[in-house]
Amino acid sequence: MVLASIFESGVSIDFYIVLASVLFAIGAVGVMVRRNAIVLLMCIELMLNAVNLLMVAFSTYHGKGDGQVFVFFIMVVAAAEATVGLSILVMAYRNIRSTDVGIFNKLKG
Amino acid sequence: MTLEMIAILLGGLTIGSALMVVLSKHPVRSVLYLVVTFFLISANYILMNAQFLAIVNIIVYAGAIMVLFLFVLMLLNLNKDSEPITSIGIKLAGIIAGGVLLTVLLAALKDGLVITQQAVESANNNGLVENLGELLFTKYVLPFEMSSVLFIAAMVGAVMLAKREKQIID
Repeated sequence: MVLASIFESGVSIDFYIVLASVLFAIGAVGVMVRRNAIVLLMCIELMLNAVNLLMVAFSTYHGKGDGQVFVFFIMVVAAAEATVGLSILVMAYRNIRSTDVGIFNKLKG
Repeated sequence: MTLEMIAILLGGLTIGSALMVVLSKHPVRSVLYLVVTFFLISANYILMNAQFLAIVNIIVYAGAIMVLFLFVLMLLNLNKDSEPITSIGIKLAGIIAGGVLLTVLLAALKDGLVITQQAVESANNNGLVENLGELLFTKYVLPFEMSSVLFIAAMVGAVMLAKREKQIID
């Protein structure tokens, strides 16, 4: 298999560490900068995917499948989280007619 | 074209589309760029010989979760006009904080690499359905069953939250 030998043919683990770190930082910046709550949830998904990428890279690097099973479980938790988060958002939108997280500070007493 | 060049090209495209998720003003465009990002990450998985996860990533993330996001966006009828504007101060602070995070992450991981350096095994078949399925149903069978409980809880919670409250007839 040609593709399987990628780690022998030059793409080092460093490359994937840098890529995953950059993706995670972009997701973190998105959470801090954007104010639309749906885009915030999407940035969280981006951060989760950065972690997944790093997990798969290390799993391939060490030659063990356990990391990929963990990626599977991260996907399960991310799906559940997106469902509940979006339904909370829909409910909040019905009450305040906006998805701006700046408006949610009405919650403070 | 070597495999390294393909990997670097894919990585650059992934970072570019991830940046567009954050930068684009239109929420629907953000969702579509996120779908592109997930497809590119799946391509990276295939490059790392994790075929099963690549397919699951496309089906679960690009297929299910992103469609859910798109449905909610269209249900709430959000467009460019309703997009809240971030002040320039918060934008600057966020970018500086993200840059610092990236610097610290890279600096910390760079030193850790020396320890993990070891002989790379030859082409392994860990990412194939057969091997992952065997791991999932023997070693990790309890977490696998627990995830079904999590899904039930999430499903019931989502239905409960999104249901309209009953109007009081009196």
